[in-house]
Amino acid sequence: MHDKTLAELARGLAAGDFSSRELTTSLLARIKRHDPAINSFITVTEEQALEDADAADALRHRGEAGVLGGLPLAYKDIFCTEGVRTSAGSKMLDNFIAPYNATVVEKLRHAGTVSLGKTNMDEFAMGSSNENSYYGPVKNPWNPTLVPGGSSGGSAAAVAAGLAPAALGTDTGGSIRQPAAFCGITGLKPTYGRISRYGMIAYASSLDQAGPMARTAEDCAMLMNAMAGHDARDSTSVARNVPDYTQDLDKPLNGLKIGLPVEYFGEGLAPEVESAVREAVKVYESLGAQVIDVSLPHTRLAIPAYYVIAPAEASSNLSRYDGVRFGHRCEDPADLEDLYKRTRAEGFGDEVKRRILIGTHTLSEGFFDAYYRKAQQVRRLIRQDFLDAFTRVDVLMGPAAPTTAFELGAKADPVQMYLQDIYTIAINLAGIPGISVPAGLADNRPVGLQILGPHFGEAHLLNVAHVYQQATDWHQRRPEIKE
Amino acid sequence: MAIEHANVLRAAHLARLGVSDAQAERYVDDLSRILEMVDRLAEIDTEGVAPLSHPLDATQPLRADEVIETDRRDTFQKVAPATADGLYLVPRVVE
Repeated sequence: MHDKTLAELARGLAAGDFSSRELTTSLLARIKRHDPAINSFITVTEEQALEDADAADALRHRGEAGVLGGLPLAYKDIFCTEGVRTSAGSKMLDNFIAPYNATVVEKLRHAGTVSLGKTNMDEFAMGSSNENSYYGPVKNPWNPTLVPGGSSGGSAAAVAAGLAPAALGTDTGGSIRQPAAFCGITGLKPTYGRISRYGMIAYASSLDQAGPMARTAEDCAMLMNAMAGHDARDSTSVARNVPDYTQDLDKPLNGLKIGLPVEYFGEGLAPEVESAVREAVKVYESLGAQVIDVSLPHTRLAIPAYYVIAPAEASSNLSRYDGVRFGHRCEDPADLEDLYKRTRAEGFGDEVKRRILIGTHTLSEGFFDAYYRKAQQVRRLIRQDFLDAFTRVDVLMGPAAPTTAFELGAKADPVQMYLQDIYTIAINLAGIPGISVPAGLADNRPVGLQILGPHFGEAHLLNVAHVYQQATDWHQRRPEIKE
Repeated sequence: MAIEHANVLRAAHLARLGVSDAQAERYVDDLSRILEMVDRLAEIDTEGVAPLSHPLDATQPLRADEVIETDRRDTFQKVAPATADGLYLVPRVVE
């Protein structure tokens, strides 16, 4: 059962081939057997999972189960789950039991899904390798010496290893798409504001967006139907009609105009990634698409702009962790200032501290115009690049990451790590949707093809990805895991 | 723009983040390299370009000013490190 897609499992449940309890029990056993070596979960909620499964089975007996009824999912440990530890991968929140559910968790519960637990991640979603977790690094199921990518590395690894058929991630600069690419799964970052951020621990609020991670585009579409929509509790969520994302999945791609950004095929791109991506583009040509070269001229400024905007927002968002209302508190504080300073020095890891310091510095008196204002101006130019490109083409395609998964410990220098996100980060600055789909293996390491669309173009992206997955089998490749 | 030892200590203080002198030295190095990368922004003329703070240029919607949440103080204080009589406890601030 563990290598079936969400859609296949849904059909199996509907046909009565197995119950949600049987499915859930088998996945929990698999997590117990394999996760000690992978470390993709921070918390497994076994009891709750079985309760959820029984409730879903009962609903199905009464003929009241929805499409997602009884399907097990895992949540990145950044989504608040009532009564369950929600750590954001940080010592700061190691003792934090969320008092409420994130809106997206609530919606998926309402749809009848089963929660298997909370997945590992880079601390506060800051990282591209999952090495920044208080709970230790996650190993890539394809090869335990490799990183799974980050920051949603636990979610990606859990799906790739068949521990969960799908998981939720969040993406601020590539944190769904890059780990999806490294682990050989499908991951969608929707348009900014498409899914509520309420109850999703904030990193950089103008960039953060939740999204589905699963084996196929079809599975992502099924989850999007339950996840998307306006939420009165998140004023940045968009009040706009939610389409049925599964409706047009099979639409033929005749005449699809694909743009290849020349900046995404330049220096720094590993040759094996480039050849896999170009191979995928040829598949699209054989399906009737036209390919043209386009330019996103401000691409080289995306990482610099991001590393001003994201840390600035983070330094403000993370000021709430002060040892007073929740989370870690230092022992025997001498006074209030000592309480704040020691609590935060003890509770945060190295990368989080770096970003708080950068953000505080660039926002401080005398530096604001040169950094923050400038970065926001460049952000507009970067968005304009995409708006211009989408007047000429329907979608853009390129690599999700410049290389395949790298070795654990290989990128000790923070700036080298930041450069990992060269092809994903501009998408968050522009607020557009992007999806990574498996498009090859190089030296037994998965390669991800990234497909980008205009604002609110998720349904079309899922269609473009799904038709590719009907013509290829890269998404069906699984890492070899000794049973 | 390079970052100096004093800038790091100032940012750490503003962020109420305990950083020792020795740690600050290490951050000078890390942060300088990050800011050096960020300095590429200066290459481009952005005169007259409006800053973009929200990717959809949305403005903040307002709702009616009415009470919609119930009092959940006890629930929220269950996860607090120290409380008494519904109040959060911190070291004495005023003698």
